Amino acid sequence: MATAIEVRDLKAWFGKTEALHGINMSVAAKHATAVIGPSGCGKSTFIRCLNRMHETNPEAKAEGKVKVGGMDIYEMPAVDVRRRVGMVFQKPNPFPTMTIYENVAAGLKLNGTRNHRTLDEVVEHSLQQAALWDEVKDVLKKKSGASLSGGQQQRLCIARALAVSPEVMLMDEPASALDPISTAKIEDLIFELKQKLTIVIVTHNMQQASRVAEFTGFFLMGNLIEFDKTEHIFTNPSDKRTEDYITGRFG
Amino acid sequence: MPKRQISLRRQMTDYFFTGLAASLSVIVVSALIAIFAYLVLKGAGSLNLSFLTQTPKPVGETGGGMANALLGSVMILGIASLFGVPIGIGAGIYLAEYGRNRLGKLVRFTSDVLNGVPSIVIGLVAYGLVVIPQRHFSAFAGGVALAIMMVPTVARTAEEMLLLVPHAVREAAFGLGIPQWRTTLSITLPTARAGIITGVMLAFARVAGETAPLMFTAFGNQFWSFSANQPIAALPLQIFTYAITPYDDWHRQAWAGALMLVMLIVGTTTLVRFVFMRRMLRGTS
Repeated sequence: MATAIEVRDLKAWFGKTEALHGINMSVAAKHATAVIGPSGCGKSTFIRCLNRMHETNPEAKAEGKVKVGGMDIYEMPAVDVRRRVGMVFQKPNPFPTMTIYENVAAGLKLNGTRNHRTLDEVVEHSLQQAALWDEVKDVLKKKSGASLSGGQQQRLCIARALAVSPEVMLMDEPASALDPISTAKIEDLIFELKQKLTIVIVTHNMQQASRVAEFTGFFLMGNLIEFDKTEHIFTNPSDKRTEDYITGRFG
Repeated sequence: MPKRQISLRRQMTDYFFTGLAASLSVIVVSALIAIFAYLVLKGAGSLNLSFLTQTPKPVGETGGGMANALLGSVMILGIASLFGVPIGIGAGIYLAEYGRNRLGKLVRFTSDVLNGVPSIVIGLVAYGLVVIPQRHFSAFAGGVALAIMMVPTVARTAEEMLLLVPHAVREAAFGLGIPQWRTTLSITLPTARAGIITGVMLAFARVAGETAPLMFTAFGNQFWSFSANQPIAALPLQIFTYAITPYDDWHRQAWAGALMLVMLIVGTTTLVRFVFMRRMLRGTS
């Protein structure tokens, strides 16, 4: 199985506090990998290091090696990294002043693509991939992205991230602010998307992890305690702490 | 029944404070209405076609107008906005997006101090900066003086409005690989647009009525001038000049000028808001 992301000895800090204590992980290409763990365990910090979003916080710092498609992302410009490694956030965050079309096209347009036909095609394709096309195709340039429902907004954000054709998609609790029906739609989407790209998803919801991900990593206090096939983690964990967490004894 | 008594007391308190808030609002609004009504009462009679098309007549001759002063005010305010607005917004962007450091603190502090500097002092600064080197008064010098006064208001409101844009919006842009300068220009700034425009209009309205900084910069002029490089009339200056004379006719003209000035400010603010709101609607709904 090909490796999409290779993480070696990754450490991260907020000011003087070390939030990650040397993480090693190989993420399988074109599969979904879930990251679980109690609040504050460093799982969000971890995935934010995978596209160098961590360092947008002026206090933050990261050290170690993260290779995406064989290239060390800490040795290339951050903006290039983020075009290859897309991100979907916990709360849907469409650009409030932009229409649905402009939201999806933003990544390409603001990076210099001017060709209208290319933009039209990418917008349609991305919205279709995000299973939103049929709901919005008639109001693309009339409605603001912020006027959609929460679940639609999140799928819009997924379409927006897909439009720059990333190899990897990071999802930071993408469904935690959504109702069960919207959540199911996002999960269906993850199934579709992982045919084409690699997904790393942070989730608080263990059922969700077991539904969508082939692999699961369990984080605790800045350490990766256990990383294995999802079914293994949930049925027969090797570490006592993993077992305690998934059986609900803490966290 | 104690329960009922409490609810009655709460009801009375509610009525009292709602009433208080309402009457205070009425006082605020009525002050504005009273000023405007008084201006209309005193000035509307002299506000006729010749007032809007003619230059001042010599004492003793009736008639004449403030057309040149109206044009002068428009020119000076145009020059002031041309310099003051971009510099102010630029400073606001720096403070909000990059200014979480010593320099940012310094800029914030000095801009607050600048906001409190008396306008006549700003006029003297423009006198030293523009009038003395050029050896003559000019519309340009007046514009510079007013621009200096606009900058702190525009900068601080722009900063505050940019900081109101949720961090999530910036993160979304960074997550797409959009560089920070692009994010600021194409995403954060348009998101904060409504508030920044309000700040610009506040600054504009404030300097539009300034008289003191124009006295030794634009200087005033009884005749037409179409050059930014010549002394020029301005409504506040003309109002001042006329108001301190003993002639009734000129007093009436001063009132009309004051009414004119208020209408100029209200008109510009409304126009900008109108143009801007239409753009907003097209963009968002």
